[in-house]
Amino acid sequence: MDLGALRAEIEAAIAAADSPEALEAVRVGALGRKGRITELVKSLGALPPEERPRLGQAYNELKREIEAAIAARRGELERAALEARLARERTDVTLPARERPQGRIHPVSQVTEEIVAIFADMGFTVAEGPDVEDDWHNFEALNIPPEHPARQMQDTFYLESRDAQGQPLVLRTHTSPVQIRTMRAGKPPFRIIAPGRVYRRDYDMTHTPMFHQVEGLLIDRRTHMGHLKGCLTDFVRAFFERDDIPVRFRPSYFPFTEPSAEMDIGCRRSKDELVVGEGSDWLEILGCGMVHPKVLEAVGLDPEVWQGFAFGMGIDRVAMLKYGIPDLRTFFEGDLRWLEHYGFLPLEVPTTYGGLSR
Amino acid sequence: MKFTLPWLKEHLETTATVEEIAAKLTALGLEVEEVSDPGRALAGFTVARVIEAEPHPHADRLKLCTVETKDGIRRIVCGAPNARAGLWGILATEGLVIPATGEVLKRAVIRGVESQGMLCSARELGLGDDHSGIVELDPEGLEVGMPAVRALGLEGPVFTLKLTPDRADCYGVAGIARDLAAAGLGRLRARDFRPVPSVGAPGPAIRLDFPEGQEKACPLFVGRIVRGVRNGPSPAWLRHRLEAIGVRPISALVDITNYVTFDLGRPLHVFDAAKLRGDLVIRFARPGERLLALDGREYELDPSMTVIADDTGAVSLGGIMGGESTGVTETTRDVLLEVALFDPLRTAATGRRLGIESDARTRFERGLDPELVLPATEYATRLIVELCGGEPGPAVVAGAVPPRRPPLLFRTAQLQRLAGITLPPDEIRAILEALGFGVEGGPETWRLDIPSWRQDVTSEACIVEELARLHGFDRIPPVPVERGVAVAQPSLTAEQRRRTAVRRAVAAQGLAEAVTWSFVPPAHADLFGGAPVRMENPLSSELSVLRPSLLPGLLAVAARNLARKREEGAVFELGPRFVGGRPGEQVWAVAGLRWGRAAPRHWAERERPVDALDAKADALAALAVAGVRVEAVSTAGDPPAWYHPGRAGRLVLGPGTLATFGELHPNVLRALDVEAPVVAFELDLDGLPKPKPRTGKNRPPLEALPYPPVDRDFAFLVPQDLPAQKLLEAVRGAEKRLVREVRLFDVYTGKGLPEGTKSLAVAVRLQSPERTLSEAEIEAVARKIVAAAEKTCGAKLRG
Repeated sequence: MDLGALRAEIEAAIAAADSPEALEAVRVGALGRKGRITELVKSLGALPPEERPRLGQAYNELKREIEAAIAARRGELERAALEARLARERTDVTLPARERPQGRIHPVSQVTEEIVAIFADMGFTVAEGPDVEDDWHNFEALNIPPEHPARQMQDTFYLESRDAQGQPLVLRTHTSPVQIRTMRAGKPPFRIIAPGRVYRRDYDMTHTPMFHQVEGLLIDRRTHMGHLKGCLTDFVRAFFERDDIPVRFRPSYFPFTEPSAEMDIGCRRSKDELVVGEGSDWLEILGCGMVHPKVLEAVGLDPEVWQGFAFGMGIDRVAMLKYGIPDLRTFFEGDLRWLEHYGFLPLEVPTTYGGLSR
Repeated sequence: MKFTLPWLKEHLETTATVEEIAAKLTALGLEVEEVSDPGRALAGFTVARVIEAEPHPHADRLKLCTVETKDGIRRIVCGAPNARAGLWGILATEGLVIPATGEVLKRAVIRGVESQGMLCSARELGLGDDHSGIVELDPEGLEVGMPAVRALGLEGPVFTLKLTPDRADCYGVAGIARDLAAAGLGRLRARDFRPVPSVGAPGPAIRLDFPEGQEKACPLFVGRIVRGVRNGPSPAWLRHRLEAIGVRPISALVDITNYVTFDLGRPLHVFDAAKLRGDLVIRFARPGERLLALDGREYELDPSMTVIADDTGAVSLGGIMGGESTGVTETTRDVLLEVALFDPLRTAATGRRLGIESDARTRFERGLDPELVLPATEYATRLIVELCGGEPGPAVVAGAVPPRRPPLLFRTAQLQRLAGITLPPDEIRAILEALGFGVEGGPETWRLDIPSWRQDVTSEACIVEELARLHGFDRIPPVPVERGVAVAQPSLTAEQRRRTAVRRAVAAQGLAEAVTWSFVPPAHADLFGGAPVRMENPLSSELSVLRPSLLPGLLAVAARNLARKREEGAVFELGPRFVGGRPGEQVWAVAGLRWGRAAPRHWAERERPVDALDAKADALAALAVAGVRVEAVSTAGDPPAWYHPGRAGRLVLGPGTLATFGELHPNVLRALDVEAPVVAFELDLDGLPKPKPRTGKNRPPLEALPYPPVDRDFAFLVPQDLPAQKLLEAVRGAEKRLVREVRLFDVYTGKGLPEGTKSLAVAVRLQSPERTLSEAEIEAVARKIVAAAEKTCGAKLRG
């Protein structure tokens, strides 16, 4: 049989193979150990030496051509098989996906982290103190002696337990005692914020018996009211993420600061909305002042040497303002609808470099 | 504190507008809460008189009134039942805006008759809710066409201030005017404090009777009798002025005391002298002494309280409220005016103990101007004589005006040091003098005589505040705080950072963070180990003890959500729980719960209730992020009593319990009204191994073995009650060098197994650190695993 006819026959078989198995049979028949082309190659040994180069070249060429034809046919068959499979396989992708429930971070925690992020950038560290306080830390050391009218400004929860002097212990009415503990425990300068739970005996539309405050304290040898204004103005603008928020400082009164001020931010009030950062109304946002000399004395610092400012701000309140949450009482109900709506996703970590919020 | 613009202008000569005054007050620290002007909307409304009222020809309920108005006689249709001839009312004419509705009054034809204006009700005028009829004015002094604002006695803009407790001097209009004048808003005008000549004999003798050392309970008491007064209604100007600030006029004498209270910030009291028996003694109350006060309530007094007494006993509570029995009435002829000083702290304590709020108490407890007692006596006497007639006797003065405090030295440098501003010496002097300080010395150090009305000024820092306040807080230039280093340092301690991470990790498990009260009902605390401490004055018994656990609060959350048909859910809290009643006896804890179905119903998931292992997973997730090596954690039984004894456990590391988890006890769920399966976990973050100090950051090198791992599955038949952990430990321990991973992939009980047994199937991955394992080595390990399981667990390999 001449080579041309053999090639034609094998190529016809390749073309006729309609499955990988059939194609493999063709391959074995042609190129397998006992395949027809293999046999031809083997037969070369029996030929006279002068014929071998010509025929060897022809056989090899035939072998390569057949190999290529088989590979091409295999590719065709695979493509056809894949197409057939894809045509067959179906998932109803409109089915609801498997659920991977995400929890939520409470707005108080989120906003606390936002506040910490901003003050961390200004070199403050986070300090903490106990929820149960004694009279001295919560009042006396803060220049609030017994019968001081300021004690009535904050209606206090008393506990049945007593301190070493036999005085009833209290649930702290503000985070200010952390100032005292920080200054007593360390050496100046101080630059701290102290977020935490505080307690007042009050429960109505706008008051809850427990809420959250953040205290700030900066004590060194040179910090004055200009720094107080600069620091808190920078804070407010960073926190509300608007660098054009109008701010105002008004003289006020706190027993533990002198001079004392309240800070207002500009806002627009309408019947059912409050927009921070624009408009002609003012909204009180925090109390602050220069730490009172008597407070410095109470913690053993010389007020002729050390000076600085302190401030206190309601965390829940600024959370309400920033995120438009209407009712303080709802913060503590744990209503899942509320948490899902006002809460934050676990990976929404506020940073100053990436922005505090979306 | 409230006052009106005309009232202020009696103390302050000013051309400033209402807006300028309000802005300045707030800038001075006298925060303006509200400025209302009930009269502003009534410009153009005038007084009119009904001459005749006849039935409307076409309507039963309406009347046709003939009215005398500023524009002559008009016909007005009116539906008010009180419309009648002779009534003086308030007329709105065409084009005016009706305050209540904001609509412009148009010419109207009502049932075929043209109405040439409208007679208004109080509600239409924006003056209250009364809409039962049209306004009826007292005709005295009225003229037709007079502006309604004047006829109604509306004083003009009313300021409401939210004062801070230190500014006692601003609880009177005079003090407010002084601050405004000092701030450059006008010129101060003083009241007439000239002595009023006295006639006749003094009133009752007055004696201060306090134990030695307690004299400051009442250092000064002035009584002045005015004989032959007529105590009728006050004149209109006084009534209107009091009404404008929300004080009800009563009678001229009482109104005068209220007026002076608000005008000078100086509370007074008046006795009907005829009702006093004998001399007056100011003393502490006797135990059990009682007083029927002017508010109509009877109070039981105690010896901490200062009273004014006559021969019959206490007749007035010093600085707080007078007594009913000696109060003035319309028949009072001889009045005894009291102007006194009472100890602020004692007054505050008394008022608080008795629960009496009064305008007098508000002022006394903040500290009155001691040097105003005598001038105010003259001013009040003058008002009494002017308004009620009568002849004043000489004042009887007991005690003395307390001496002034010593001068305060003020160093100018403190202003720059604390406020960050400098002021020229002239300005410092001008500000302080305008505020009433006596100023000597300067320019570096000043000797300041503190005005008697500024008891709040006690230190150099106070002077800094005064100067900064008058100069303007808004004029202090803001300065950024500098950080010192260019890159911010971490602001959290390792523990704080760990807490933040745990919070987010637990939330990532699908739990929503709740924040619940630090206090719980005692019964709930009892279910969770008992209350560490009770509160003395809880708001309610429901919130009366500190929480020993976060779980009762979370269970209440679950109960509320269940009540809203949230039939599955997961919440957690990270916060303090209390182990004692003293400062520091609290720990940071995290707890979570899941209730109802493990997941909402879903086509691809098998529906099942939550179980203990859900809670275990939550606890492990928290522990892992808290830095605990969870591979080393094992599970033990013996959970706390609030868990289901057979479906809960503890996560332990060595001898220590790290966390508890499992189904909650049915009794606990019943007590907290939770009608769903609930699983929970709780752990004390403070009880975990301390986070490592963040110095060495190197991690151990990765052990990535190059040799192929081999997987073998084993199904063991074990006793029904064998804890799976025991089998897993046995398998793991059989050949520690080669067993890389053991995974329990099937638990089966029931058909086909002998009674009292279960099948546990584990997948084991083997891998040698040195070479590819041969079949023989693999078989050897498998035999060791089977032997270990049999030895420690009585496990038999299933066929």
